[in-house]
Amino acid sequence: MSTSIAIAARPEARARLRSRWITIAIFLLPALALFVVFVLLPIAQAAYYSLFKWNGLQPLTDFIGLKNYQVALASDTFRSAIGNNVFIVVLSLALQIPFSLGLAVLLNRRFPGRGIFRLVFFLPYVLSEAITGIVFSLMLRPGAIVDTSLSGVGLGGLIQDWLGDGTIVMFTLFVIISWKYFGFHMILLLAGLQGIPRELEEAARIDGAGRWQAFRHVTFPLLGPTLRVSVFLSMVGALQLFDMIWVMTKGGPIGASNTMATLMFKNGFQSQLMGYGSALAVILFGFALVLALAYQRYVLRRDVEGALTAFNG
Amino acid sequence: MSTASTKSGVTTASEARRSARLVPAGAFNVASYGILIAVALLILVPIAFAILGGFKSNNQLVGDPGSVIPSPWVASNYTDVLFGANSGAFWQEISNSLIVAVIAVAATVVPGSLAAFAFARIAFRGREAMYTLFTLGLLFPAAVAILPLYILVRNLGLSGNFLGVALPEAAFGLPLTIIILRPFFRSIPAELEDAARIDGCSTFGFFWRVLLPLARPAIATVSVLAIVSTWNAFILPLILLNGESQWTLPLGVMNFSGTYSSDQARILAFTVLAIMPAVIFYAVAERQIVGGLTAGSVKG
Repeated sequence: MSTSIAIAARPEARARLRSRWITIAIFLLPALALFVVFVLLPIAQAAYYSLFKWNGLQPLTDFIGLKNYQVALASDTFRSAIGNNVFIVVLSLALQIPFSLGLAVLLNRRFPGRGIFRLVFFLPYVLSEAITGIVFSLMLRPGAIVDTSLSGVGLGGLIQDWLGDGTIVMFTLFVIISWKYFGFHMILLLAGLQGIPRELEEAARIDGAGRWQAFRHVTFPLLGPTLRVSVFLSMVGALQLFDMIWVMTKGGPIGASNTMATLMFKNGFQSQLMGYGSALAVILFGFALVLALAYQRYVLRRDVEGALTAFNG
Repeated sequence: MSTASTKSGVTTASEARRSARLVPAGAFNVASYGILIAVALLILVPIAFAILGGFKSNNQLVGDPGSVIPSPWVASNYTDVLFGANSGAFWQEISNSLIVAVIAVAATVVPGSLAAFAFARIAFRGREAMYTLFTLGLLFPAAVAILPLYILVRNLGLSGNFLGVALPEAAFGLPLTIIILRPFFRSIPAELEDAARIDGCSTFGFFWRVLLPLARPAIATVSVLAIVSTWNAFILPLILLNGESQWTLPLGVMNFSGTYSSDQARILAFTVLAIMPAVIFYAVAERQIVGGLTAGSVKG
């Protein structure tokens, strides 16, 4: 293109450029505005509030720097809450995901009734966590159906104060969390398995691999991307655990089932320690951010091509 | 029982291996069924406990917690919740949940599909960075933002307004919506866009008249997912709604179980009625829910 034409075209090009940006703005602004105002801004505000001693009502004047963080990280209560979050993460990865994977493998074969099992296993996922918690609280009351069923099959010795005993309350909660969420992971992993061509495992079997070997060395590696998604979502879920715990134990007995989120809620809204509560929120966000960045790095990047189609392509 | 397991019981390992490949892909054995049925029971027992418990009297529930079938069947727990003197609360909560859900779904799907279109089909500087920002949002728990949100919503004059809870819920629903819609919008051939342009369509005209009608299944999927998450939302309504008259169902159930804590049968009836809309919805929209979640989280 010669310079004279370029110069002549410039105002028109600029106008076109401007209208292009207006178009982009029309498409992006509503979502961006919502996301900035109700997601990013509050997170930034939490970081700001966390530097103050503040009850949420008076003006922000009592600047105390990082004191809230110091107090939080030195507090046994907060540490044990983090411990509880980590406990759920570890148990989820060690038990819930392998369990979901096993069921996904079973459901990846064709057999009569498969659709019904899938429908039933996923059902708890659509129920509200809070409502689920209430039903289980009733079942777990001392002398209620869980206890009588155990005695009924001769396992009365196993009866515990399921939600009232600080040493086992987290195990109880873990079981209920798994009840609600294993179906979700199973469905994810099932989708992953269905994307792996059956011929691969069959070929391995013909070459003399046993069923387990074929799974371990052929299917399992190909399932890697889906498993990573499952692991990340499970970790994030465990990190933000609140609804179920709040309706079942409120973090009790004596703080034994506190999580970062319940502790933050208690400090911020019940004790009017908005500054301190915000510091807890920022620490929780720190965990989530590390996970999110790792997710971005290890999961999304590869999956841009499509985790399930990557192999075919 | 499948032929594989009967044969391998009496043959050597190598023969079993050979026979394994002769098994038709459809073969499935008793042990597998046993496991699946056991797990299905674990899922269904609590639900059956709630439904049947709602038909019992409290004397039955407390006096004979081991019995499964109510005797006699007591329908009054359910009818009281639905039509009794205090039934107003239940219907109020249903209607509150519906209002919040309608606003939140509209506020997720409309801005979400507009943004997904920009991310899918318009090239501009900073696009990928901005898209990444939204995808990261998928992993930000709403709990992190609740303290400032409480203050923000109050300052915006939205406390006591359903918008005050629906908009934050929508904002936290945007990442999943955009992540699901973008690849779908991308997959629509460029030739279609060129043709629409030649016929005089603007960018918005193409989005509105060509792309959206084609994307109806994907829009249905993200709408269904938004409905499920807003219907079950707990922490945001808990802090952002003012008082009982505004409560959504999960808050109502929590409150009800506190108020009537000695009346278990009635709590169960209330709980069952409260989850019914979600269960019916799941029965109708299972395909969208499952398909959307797997596409959204697996494909990125």
